Amino acid sequence: MQPGPYYQRDRQWQPPALTPDYKTSVSRSPQYSMISLETTVSEITGPVFGHNDIDPIDKDLLSNYAKPGESPIGERIILHGRVLDENAKPVPNTLVEIWQANSGGRYRHKKDTYLAPIDPNFGGCGRTLTDENGYYAFRTVKPGAYPWRNWVNNWRPAHVHISIFGSAFAQRLITQCYFEGDPLIAKCPIVNSIPDPDAVDQLVARLDLNATIPLDTIAYKFDIVLRGRRSTLFENRPEGN
Amino acid sequence: MRQTLDYLKETPSQTAGPYVHIGLAPGAAGFDIYAQELGHDIAGPNAKGERIRVEGRVIDGMGSPIKDVLLEAWQANTDGIYAHPEHLGEVEDGFRGWGRVIPDFDTGNWTFETVKPGAVTDLNGRQMAPHISLWIVARGINVGLQTRLYFSDETSANAADPVLNLIEWERRRATLIAERTDSDGTPVYRFDIKLQGEDETVFFDI
Repeated sequence: MQPGPYYQRDRQWQPPALTPDYKTSVSRSPQYSMISLETTVSEITGPVFGHNDIDPIDKDLLSNYAKPGESPIGERIILHGRVLDENAKPVPNTLVEIWQANSGGRYRHKKDTYLAPIDPNFGGCGRTLTDENGYYAFRTVKPGAYPWRNWVNNWRPAHVHISIFGSAFAQRLITQCYFEGDPLIAKCPIVNSIPDPDAVDQLVARLDLNATIPLDTIAYKFDIVLRGRRSTLFENRPEGN
Repeated sequence: MRQTLDYLKETPSQTAGPYVHIGLAPGAAGFDIYAQELGHDIAGPNAKGERIRVEGRVIDGMGSPIKDVLLEAWQANTDGIYAHPEHLGEVEDGFRGWGRVIPDFDTGNWTFETVKPGAVTDLNGRQMAPHISLWIVARGINVGLQTRLYFSDETSANAADPVLNLIEWERRRATLIAERTDSDGTPVYRFDIKLQGEDETVFFDI
């Protein structure tokens, strides 16, 4: 059985382009319909990364920007889970990149002018490759909520941005992971760009006491699902049309 | 027993937000954290073929360049081979075919250097005109936008390209053609991407 085309992305599950409560989407959303494409070789291929591309410390945000002997201020967490496809098959050796604000909700970015201070021992980005079982893990601090100019009193729930490659350009995905129990999740226009409450629930990491290290670090579990693909059971249209 | 389908659902996308650079291009955000940042060299030093520069802007529905955008490029080598185990054939040592680019924060102009890809034979044997796949994320974009860049000096290949020919409105096909000029002997392809409104770029649901 050869792997075949990717499943159609469910556009009723994914957020639409135009979500006016998230104001920036109004001028940044195409008006015409997208052209649907049966995936060609250009989409079922994608970049391959290896252990030469990254360093082991890149996945440890508690130490990858801290001065020797110091560590960032905030709630120490492990953020871990598996990358699977829609067939529940693990996606091994794929690059997972994350970025986030510090525990006060401030990003280390020259465009962020929020008055909460920078943490001198926290950079806020990390990356790792999933193992052969699709498993990944980061160590970081739990990010804080922060205000943003949408409505005058909008606050983003605590979140970690996550970028995943998968094994094909068709699987390329950027999302945000939220934290169980955060009351800001239900209020956020970016979260609410997603129409289906079950889909929103899929973005909420669960407290994972089993993975928590006692007296050291709390854990949250966040599994990621990328598009799955058909198996080519039959040689359809071998004449090539 | 009732039969059930046990597929999982794809994780929903969310916007990359305004600070995507600290995660994916931290050097540009003003701090060095990684020993090597990924995506700076698409073709590598050993790639055969014509060296080109691609430049452009991403423009919103008001006609303003988007200065906090991030683009990724994915392309084949000069022989039309992707650096991926499912595409048979060899690529040059160091050819990755993937790159990541952000614009100048003041002007919104972005640029990347690569080699011009060759025509790609699809797995069903059909030939596609040379093209670079682009993926665009930014604040305000809920799901990354997919488009393709084709080349203005590939007129006959473009005319036969199966993907361009899926676009029913011939006028819209022109939004995917990068215009070639020469700058100090280096071929430069100009590719402005318009997210909305007049001459809106074609985006694909792949």
